Amino acid sequence: MDVRHDSIIVDMVCRAMVPFIQLFALYVLAFGHYSPGGGFQAGAILAGSVLLTRICLGRGRSYRQFPPNAGPVVAAVGLLIYSGIGLIAMLFGGNYLDYAKLPIPGFEPPMLRYYGILGIETGVALGVCGIMVTIFDSLIGE
Amino acid sequence: MKSRWLNIVLLALFGALLFYGMSALPARGDPNSPSNAYVSPTYLERSFEDTHTPNVVTSVLADYRGYDTLGETTVIFTAGLACLFILRRGVDDGRSPR
Repeated sequence: MDVRHDSIIVDMVCRAMVPFIQLFALYVLAFGHYSPGGGFQAGAILAGSVLLTRICLGRGRSYRQFPPNAGPVVAAVGLLIYSGIGLIAMLFGGNYLDYAKLPIPGFEPPMLRYYGILGIETGVALGVCGIMVTIFDSLIGE
Repeated sequence: MKSRWLNIVLLALFGALLFYGMSALPARGDPNSPSNAYVSPTYLERSFEDTHTPNVVTSVLADYRGYDTLGETTVIFTAGLACLFILRRGVDDGRSPR
């Protein structure tokens, strides 16, 4: 069952918009320190770009870019990044999720915490993106 | 028809109770209210020097309350896996119980 629009306008607009949507997701992720944004929002936008290809380009081309089996894997990797950063901080003498103890040389503790926040936001974004795509694929019956 | 009026009366009474309870809440932004009195001023004062993050929401969400956010992400992950296992149409090999 490959339902897709045989319209070149829908096709081209979708293909033109998807890279910008994904770039905007990265912007929201990286700019969460300074403005509203962060991991959850970036993950939702990233998943939106994947779902747009699912709807507009048909399953054949969309599954080549983001296979249905990859959704849970991406989400699990995101969760592992999050808890892994916490564990690394604990192994190097801090509390769980105490980013000031991350073993990156040459940074003051505030900057370590800054990059720790960025790291866990990346994990959250991957988790949300993978899970939203997984739910969509399950609903349309993969 | 009768139970409908009973429902309306009960809802009105419950709404009145909620409004009565609302009158005892502290004013919005009251610096002396319990939710603003204990740790919140510390977060606001030290967020930038602790994390170099101007957005206090992000530093509270991801640093001071990072364990809470880890739990939220785990909840989302678990809910998604539950959707996957309930909704997917797998191949029925006749052995696994369905």
